[in-house]
Amino acid sequence: MDLENQKRVLELSEKFGKENVVVVLGASEAETAGLAAETVAAGDPTYAGPLAGVSLGLAVYHIFELKEEVDADVYDEQCGMMEMVLDVDAIGAEVKTIRDQYSKF
Amino acid sequence: MTTPIVKGAAYVLVHTPDMVMHYGTTCSAEHDANPNSEFLKKVPSHLRNYEEAVKYAPNQVYIGNMLPDELNNIPKPWYKNLIADAKVEGKMGAMVPQDEFYIAMKLCDAFDLVMLEKDFTDSTKAKMSKIPYYTEDEFAKVKEGFDAADIEKKVAEGAEPLHFNGNLVGCVKAAHASDKNLTAHIMVENIVSKASGVIALKNLIHVNNIPADSIEYVIECSEEACGDMNQRGGGNFAKAIAEVAGAVSATGSDTRGFCAAPTHALINAAALVKSGVYKNVAIVAGGATAKLGMNGRDHVNKDLPILEDCLGAFAILISEDDGVSPVLRTDIVGRHTVGTGSAPQAVMESLITKPLDRSGLKITDIDKYSVEMQNPEITEPAGAGDVPLANYKMIAALGAKRGDIDRTYMATFIKEHGMPGFAPTQGHIPSGVPFVGAAREMIMDGKINRAMIVGKGSLFLGRMTNLFDGVSIVMEKNPGKVEEIGAVSKEEIKGMVAETMKEFAAFLLNGK
Repeated sequence: MDLENQKRVLELSEKFGKENVVVVLGASEAETAGLAAETVAAGDPTYAGPLAGVSLGLAVYHIFELKEEVDADVYDEQCGMMEMVLDVDAIGAEVKTIRDQYSKF
Repeated sequence: MTTPIVKGAAYVLVHTPDMVMHYGTTCSAEHDANPNSEFLKKVPSHLRNYEEAVKYAPNQVYIGNMLPDELNNIPKPWYKNLIADAKVEGKMGAMVPQDEFYIAMKLCDAFDLVMLEKDFTDSTKAKMSKIPYYTEDEFAKVKEGFDAADIEKKVAEGAEPLHFNGNLVGCVKAAHASDKNLTAHIMVENIVSKASGVIALKNLIHVNNIPADSIEYVIECSEEACGDMNQRGGGNFAKAIAEVAGAVSATGSDTRGFCAAPTHALINAAALVKSGVYKNVAIVAGGATAKLGMNGRDHVNKDLPILEDCLGAFAILISEDDGVSPVLRTDIVGRHTVGTGSAPQAVMESLITKPLDRSGLKITDIDKYSVEMQNPEITEPAGAGDVPLANYKMIAALGAKRGDIDRTYMATFIKEHGMPGFAPTQGHIPSGVPFVGAAREMIMDGKINRAMIVGKGSLFLGRMTNLFDGVSIVMEKNPGKVEEIGAVSKEEIKGMVAETMKEFAAFLLNGK
């Protein structure tokens, strides 16, 4: 995950409390989505950014997993095309695996 | 008013394996943080030699010796299936080895900042004497080199080293004692960008037999910035490149926009020609040392060669209509506006379908889309996927959502209207423009009628905006020059009106 984004996530979780932050991912590949989920839940696996060794345990979802939570028109406009293009199941499964393992909230 | 056409294109790759270690940000950052790292120890054994880089199929496509679709016939991995009869000279450019590039850097060194060792200079100059795009006068400007001890001393004092096969053969000095924007490191980046841009512009002139003095304007569109402490991006690479390439009648300016800049430059050049301001406008960009070996960590971990070992450069000439070369449709231009938003669908609509809709064209009316043409063999091991394929999938999905194509046709659409990625991951270099030369060839050979060139850029990397950017333009077959039979000029109309008024006045006065 981008170092600047790691910094933002850390700051937001400190400001609002870890239990009040949900990270929503938009990554296009299962592997990258999994790495980003791991970063905000268990800590930066590459040990390069502000979340290296910081286990926030944040709740983390890919936007594809939240389809039912979003207004159908908005979802179609924002995600409809990408849903046709990407491997929705693989991305969702990867993020869920990380979430089940490391998310505390 | 004339129609702008693509008169020619040139593509150059400079193989710089020693620069990967010292100037690529991945290796240099690792060197600063962890100089004894296992990764750095493994890098030298993963670097390719020049011959391997020349024979690498995507590189042969980039310099114009193969069409992009021909990559579909070469088994992957391409780095293991080299092209046996590959050539250094390309139909649209050339491959350049590192030693010859250092001489080109010296040729571009207006302030005596580049020092090259004596024997290295003599032997490399001698081997370059037959390269057709250099003149004897230019070689004469590269004076006798320096003693190795002098170069070592300068490096010890802070100059940036230039290595060849692991040996120190030169250095680049800082251009100022304290100015942070004229440090030795920044001067290397800028001289490299300028020199590779010069080689591209020289190739454009040579390959297309264009009189250098016919170029009136140069738009440079790389990602570097030149200036001093008082104006960090003051410029101007364009004129500096034009000067060395012998474009004596040209002035120019630099256009920036991350990876989207070359397509912005293409549209700007087309507009300047269309409006009649200039007859011949060249767009040009050199390569970026920082991106050498950018994904090297993943390549080493997965036991691949470090495939990002080449600087990319290109130059394209936009001219007045010659009745033959493909035209640039300035009336079919897409743009990602401030209000477009960042949803992928909105981005693709703004760049692809909105300009087509305005001209009554369907998604299938474009025979080939040139998007972000990164070589997937570089990006896939790093987890970034196949970037061109992802773009083609999005265009196909957009077409299916709109009803332009059937969902079941998406895979065929991607195969027919897309192509494999082949460009080096040099930021601005892979975005849209690598296909302009091949598109010109395919259109003129009657293989396709129309191509769309799409440039996209990640502006947020500069931390000035969170916005993304992109522009697109359509290239199509030249309908041939149409004689303006029966067309009348403004002056003629004025004359006709005056004549009629005179006759009417005479009628009133004379009553007849």
